[in-house]
Amino acid sequence: MITTPRKTRQGEEAPPGPGTPGRSARALAEALLRAREFSIGGALVLLILVTWITNPSFLDSQGTQDLLLNSSILLLLAVGQAVVVLTRNIDLSVGSVVGLSAFACGSFVSGSDHSAATMVLLGIALGALCGLVSGALVSFGRVPALVVTLGMLYVIQGIGYYWADGGQISAANVPDPILELGSGNVLGVPYLPLIAVAVLVATAYYLRTYRSGRELYAIGSNPEAARLAGIPIRRRVLGAYLFSGAVAGLAGALWLARFGTVVADPANGWELTVVSAVVVGGVAITGGVGSVWGAALGATLLTTIGSVLVVLKVNSFWQQAITGVLLLAAITTDRIVHTRTTSALRKRSRK
Amino acid sequence: MKQSETGDPVPVLALTDVSKSFGAVRALREVSLRLYSGEAHALAGENGAGKSTLIKTLAGVHRPDTGTVLLDGEPVDFQGPADARDAGIAVIYQEPTLFADLTIAENIFMSRQPLRSFGRIDHAAVHEATAALMRRLGVDLDPKRPARGLSIADQQIVEIAKALSFDARVLIMDEPTAALTGSETARLFSVVRTLRAEGAAVLFISHRLEEIFQLCQRVTTLRDGCWIASEPLADLTEDDLVHRMVGRDLDELYPKQDTRIGECALSVRRLTREGVFFDVSFEVRRGEIVALAGLVGAGRSEVVQAVFGVDRADAGAVEVNGRTLPPGSPTAAMDAGIALVPEDRRQRGLVMEMSIERNIGLTGLDELGRAGLVRRTLERGRATDWATKLQLKYNRLSDTVEVLSGGNQQKVVLAKWLATEPSVLIVDEPTRGIDVGTKAEVHRLLSSLAAEGLAVLMVSSDLPEVLGMADRVLVMHEGRLVAEIPRDEATEASVMAAATGRNGGSGEEAA
Repeated sequence: MITTPRKTRQGEEAPPGPGTPGRSARALAEALLRAREFSIGGALVLLILVTWITNPSFLDSQGTQDLLLNSSILLLLAVGQAVVVLTRNIDLSVGSVVGLSAFACGSFVSGSDHSAATMVLLGIALGALCGLVSGALVSFGRVPALVVTLGMLYVIQGIGYYWADGGQISAANVPDPILELGSGNVLGVPYLPLIAVAVLVATAYYLRTYRSGRELYAIGSNPEAARLAGIPIRRRVLGAYLFSGAVAGLAGALWLARFGTVVADPANGWELTVVSAVVVGGVAITGGVGSVWGAALGATLLTTIGSVLVVLKVNSFWQQAITGVLLLAAITTDRIVHTRTTSALRKRSRK
Repeated sequence: MKQSETGDPVPVLALTDVSKSFGAVRALREVSLRLYSGEAHALAGENGAGKSTLIKTLAGVHRPDTGTVLLDGEPVDFQGPADARDAGIAVIYQEPTLFADLTIAENIFMSRQPLRSFGRIDHAAVHEATAALMRRLGVDLDPKRPARGLSIADQQIVEIAKALSFDARVLIMDEPTAALTGSETARLFSVVRTLRAEGAAVLFISHRLEEIFQLCQRVTTLRDGCWIASEPLADLTEDDLVHRMVGRDLDELYPKQDTRIGECALSVRRLTREGVFFDVSFEVRRGEIVALAGLVGAGRSEVVQAVFGVDRADAGAVEVNGRTLPPGSPTAAMDAGIALVPEDRRQRGLVMEMSIERNIGLTGLDELGRAGLVRRTLERGRATDWATKLQLKYNRLSDTVEVLSGGNQQKVVLAKWLATEPSVLIVDEPTRGIDVGTKAEVHRLLSSLAAEGLAVLMVSSDLPEVLGMADRVLVMHEGRLVAEIPRDEATEASVMAAATGRNGGSGEEAA
C-alpha cells in the first residue's frame, strides 16, 4: 500500500503545513461540521442556565433527573433515525413501533415474574422485525421510503389498537424489577440515560470505525457512485432500518419501564419529533452528512425546550411552534452553508 | 507478461464477439477487442458507435448478451462493478463519480480501507496511503479535505489515485480530457505514460484525434456498434482514422426532396452565452433543412435552446420572419412560430405517464379550450388528425406514451409541435435511439415538411443523417461555428475535419 514517492518537490515529503491551501479547505470543512454541534450544544447550555437562574428548582436533583429521563427515549430514537437518514431514507414508523413494543412488553410482563432483560430483548426483537419489514420493502421492493414507512406507521398502529382493544397496561400489574429499570439509578444517574448514551457511543464508534458504517455515508452522499464502488446498497439500507427498528423496540421497552401505564399507541406523533431532532442536529435530510452526536444533541435540545416551557409556565402549545421554527432555521442554514461551503471549497482547490 | 502456449502474449483483458442490445437498439454487435499490458489503446468511433456500452461491459456495469469477456485469457462473468474492480479494472468516467461529502482519502479507499484488529478501519493508514498516492502522482491534495468543490481535473486525479491504490492492471478512461485545460491534460498524460511503463493496460477514449495519436499505440474503431478495425496507430493518418469512423455509403434512408428555397425565416445574429457558445450567426430559409453538426459538447443543443429562449443568451439577437424575439422567452418564440423538438424526449419532450392525446394537446391548450377548460373532443380531434398524418402506430389514443416504441414517441413529440403550425421547426437529435425503419419515416416527414415551406434546423450527431438530409451543414467546434458547408461539398471527411477542429475540410469558410 505504501508507495515510494516518485516526484519529490520541495516540502512534499512532509504533510502539508497549516498554511497550505489544501489544509485550509480541510479545516474549513471540519470547522463547519463542528460548528453545528457546538452551536446546538451552546444553545442547550444557555437555555438550561437561563432557566436555572430564573427558577433554581429546574436543576435540583429531581429536576435534573426528569430532564435526563425525558431526553433518553427521544435521544435513542434520534440515533436510530439518524442512521436511516444518513442513507438518504427516512423511517416514519418509529412512533408506532415504540407504542407496539411498549404495549407488547407490558402484556408480556403483566402479573408475571419475567426479568427486565427478557423484556428488553423482546422489545428489541419486535422492533427489529418491524424494521426488517420496512427495510425489505424500501431496499428490495424499491418503494420510496416515505411511502413504505408511512404505511408501516398505520399498519403497526392498527395492530396496536386491535391488540389493546380499548384496554391499557396498568402500572399496578407491572413487576417492580421492571419499574426499577425506569426509576432506579447508578450513583444518582438514572438507568435510562445511561442506556441511551451507551447506544449513542456505540453507534457513533461503529459509523466512524467500520467499513459498513462509512458505506452508509457513501450511499447517502452519492448512490450512483456507491453502486459503482461495489457497495451492497440494499443490504446496507436494510441494515439501517433493522437498526432503527431495534432501537425503537428498545425505546418501547424502556417506555414501559419508565411510565408503567401504557395505552395503545402511546408515542403517537413522535416520528415527526424524531425527524425534527435529527435534522436540527445537523443530519442532512438528503443523506451523507451529519453525525449521531448531532442528532442526539438535537433530541436533547427539543426535549429541554419542552421542559423549560413547563418550568417557565409558558403554554406548552408553544413547544410545537418553536420546534417548527428550529426545524426551518436548521434546514435554511444547511442550504446556505452548503452553497457557501461548496464555493469556498472551490476557491480553496489547489492553486 | 503472461504468454500463451504458442508464445504469443495473452491480452490482459479481451472481448470476443460481444453483443449487447437495449430493447430494439443493438448497441454492440459481435465486437472484439484485445488489451495488452503496457499498451495505451485508443477506442475510436462517432457518437453512438457503442464506445460507452463497450466500456460499461468491461467495467461490469452491463453484462454481454452474447460473447465473452476474457481476463488473462480466461472467461469471466462480472456480476457488477465490484467484480471488475477486484479483477484490477479501473474505470474513469467522463464525469467522475465521487462522494462529495466524504474526504478524498475515504473516496479512494471506500470499502477497501486498511483494517486494524476487529475489522476496525485504520484511519491513520488510510490517510498515509492517500498522501503517498498524492505524492506519487505529484499533486498537492490534502487527503482529509472533502471532495466537494474539487475541479474536474482534481476529481479525475482522485479517480486515478483510486485506480493506483488497488494496483489496477487495466485503466479505462472515457473522454477524460473533455473538461480539462491544456496543462491539466499534459499532467494526466504524464501520469498515464508512467502507469503504462509500469505495465498497466490503458484504454483511452477521446474525440480529439491528436490526443489519440499522442498517447496511444493501437486503436480499435467502432461504427454503429460494429467492430471495424484494430491496428497500430503508427501506420495511420488522422484522415485514415476519420474514414474508418464514418466511412459508409448513404442509402435511401435519406429521401431528400428538392425544394424551392424561399425567404429567410430564422435569422440568428452574434448569439453568445458566456462560457458555452460564442458569436454564433446563421440563417435558415423557408424550404431549407440546415443541419447543425459537431461533436457532443460542442454547444449545438445549447445554441438551439437559446434560440428558442429556454436558456437566456447573454448577447446577440434572434429574428423570426423579420421580428426580433425578446430573449429568454419560449412563449414568445412559440407565438412567433418556432417549435423545438428537444433532444431528450423522455425527459423534456413528453409527459411519459400521460396519454397520447393529452401529450399532443399540450402545446395548444388555449385553442383546445373555452374559459380555461380543455374540451376533450377538440383535444381528441387534434390528436387523431396528427396521428393519421404522421402514421403513428398506436392502440388507443388514451394509452400512455410510455407504451409506444421510441420512434413512435418521437412522432408524438413531432405531432405536438407541428400542431402549433410553426414556420421554423428545430429538431435536436430527431432519430437518436430509433430503429432504422422509423428513422426513415422521420426523415421522409422532415423532408416533406421542408418541401411545404417549413424552415428546418436539425441538430444531429448522426453524420449520414446530416449529409443525407441537409441543404447546408453548419459545423460547431468548442462553442464556435467553424464551418458552413453547402450540400454538394459536404462529405463525411469535411464535416468531421471541421468538427474535430482540424483545417483542410473542403468547402470550409469562416462563418
